[in-house]
Amino acid sequence: MYEFFTHQFGFSILLMAVLLGIIMTAVAYCILLERKVAAWVQDRIGPNRAGPFGLLQPLADGVKFLLKEDIISRNVDKPLFVLAPAIAFTVALIGFAVIPWAGQVRLGGNLLEVQVASIDVGLLYLLAVGSLAVYGVVLGGWASNNKYSFYGAMRATAQMLSYEIPLGLAILVVVLTTGQLRLENIVAWQIDPAAGGVWNLLLHPLAFVLMLITVFAEANRLPFDLAEAEQELIGGYQTEYSAMKMGLFYLGEYAHMITSSAFIAVLFLGGWELFPGSGRLGWGWIDWLNTSPSIAAMLLRFAIMAGKIFFFIFFFMWVRWTIPRFRFDQLMRLAWRGMVPMGLGLVALTGLLVYRGQPATFWAPVGNLIIVAVIMLWQVVRKPTVTGRQTHLPPVTGFAGTR
Amino acid sequence: MIRDSDIVFVDEPRLTAADRLYLPQVVMGLKTTFRHLFKKKVTLQYPEEKRPMRVENYRGVHRLNKDEKGRVACVACFMCETACPAHCIHIEGGEAPWPDREKYPIKFDIDELRCIYCGMCEEACPVDAIELTPEFSIVGLSREEMVFDKEKLLEMFDRTRELKPRKNPVITGYEYNTGGPIPPSDDQTEGLKAPGQPQR
Repeated sequence: MYEFFTHQFGFSILLMAVLLGIIMTAVAYCILLERKVAAWVQDRIGPNRAGPFGLLQPLADGVKFLLKEDIISRNVDKPLFVLAPAIAFTVALIGFAVIPWAGQVRLGGNLLEVQVASIDVGLLYLLAVGSLAVYGVVLGGWASNNKYSFYGAMRATAQMLSYEIPLGLAILVVVLTTGQLRLENIVAWQIDPAAGGVWNLLLHPLAFVLMLITVFAEANRLPFDLAEAEQELIGGYQTEYSAMKMGLFYLGEYAHMITSSAFIAVLFLGGWELFPGSGRLGWGWIDWLNTSPSIAAMLLRFAIMAGKIFFFIFFFMWVRWTIPRFRFDQLMRLAWRGMVPMGLGLVALTGLLVYRGQPATFWAPVGNLIIVAVIMLWQVVRKPTVTGRQTHLPPVTGFAGTR
Repeated sequence: MIRDSDIVFVDEPRLTAADRLYLPQVVMGLKTTFRHLFKKKVTLQYPEEKRPMRVENYRGVHRLNKDEKGRVACVACFMCETACPAHCIHIEGGEAPWPDREKYPIKFDIDELRCIYCGMCEEACPVDAIELTPEFSIVGLSREEMVFDKEKLLEMFDRTRELKPRKNPVITGYEYNTGGPIPPSDDQTEGLKAPGQPQR
């Protein structure tokens, strides 16, 4: 039996089982953390009744989700209605397959990738799976046969389509810089001083910011949660859902957050590297930590990766309880008139640097700065437009407060 | 009708370049919320911790006061029932078994669900028999259970007696006529001004 797990196939299956357990638990605890962060930001304590510090709250939530009445309204498209939460959750989970968690490990004489599926097109797979997430939302909204759900679904579609583009551009920058599509190779490139030896965050901070913002939109998190905007759309695509079906949407959202966080950590933060440029130092312990195939080093690398993911999850929550929701026209303006031009500029810059054979030099961050400066200059020079006012209509007279 | 002089014209604030870039402002907001993460929490762990409350004028559940002999202080004058804007008080008066008053309530029901806790009954009562207590956490399993009868209201008095003592315990203490026949009405007005009776 042990023999089986020392080959990549068996090890992948083992890893899959372990990761699924870890991630399901993490997702459940994310909900608790979300509530805690919300409470702390608002000077409250948060859930603390179920178990010490409320640590058993996820269990209570789970039981509640399972025991609540599962209502399926009469006029819904039943197959799709049932399918939608499953799609939302599954799609969020299968993204984990290509995330490289901790480099390589030696088991029984075999060098194994700590990754469920080490495939050539890992990056494209992750992008494709990430885009599928919108299906859960759209099908849920459509099948509910409810105007509010449908509005939510339509908003989600427009939003995801718009934000896929800057996301793709930001990722393209990384691909151009590293010349790799395999995620584990991208991490290795950022660690190995012979290849790049520097985090993409330091090379392309603007691409990092673009990616961060789009990931918020892709995961349907505030300030981009227009698809479920309670105040306007009741619950958006979730309106008709109850019990575990709604729970699956919830868990899917958090699973998506974890996937996206891991994705950012891999692309921009050097995956399991402790700090940027550690490969150049030539210290023994750091080289051991970065590349050793021993199990101890593997676990440490996994912990570092988990720490980075945790930071991003916390950041997601922190932002959620800070910034109010965008208006829909602001959302679209941000994507099409702000982020897409920036992303295009970045890709052009990176292409130029790659053509000149210096993708990982200080010219990359300098170019990023130039793009930001140009955008700022444009913001200062252009005439400020009043957003959200229908300027093509004649002004309404006779109201207080209008001129 | 809005007069022209009432109209205030407000220009939209001009955004700076940093404002229009939005991200710097986001960072400012994040700094604010981060400070709050470590601030002292204001939560009160309710059933264990309780906020100090103003006992004297809190308008909670009603009680029917007892006089110093343990009898119900109410004289069934129907003032509270008349004053009640929510019509939640229902009294049935009867002849008092005690010689110092004519009437007493046979039934005294207050629908605590219908009550709006305005305190008008307390204001109206000439003998300070009905009072609102600082008690607010009452529960019941049915609507019927939340209609408090005389016994329950008297029990509320026993429960809140230490917390909020009766303001004026000797308000009905005109014991001029123990045993004898009821005097003529002019004597009765005199009796009301008997010693120990506060001037109202």
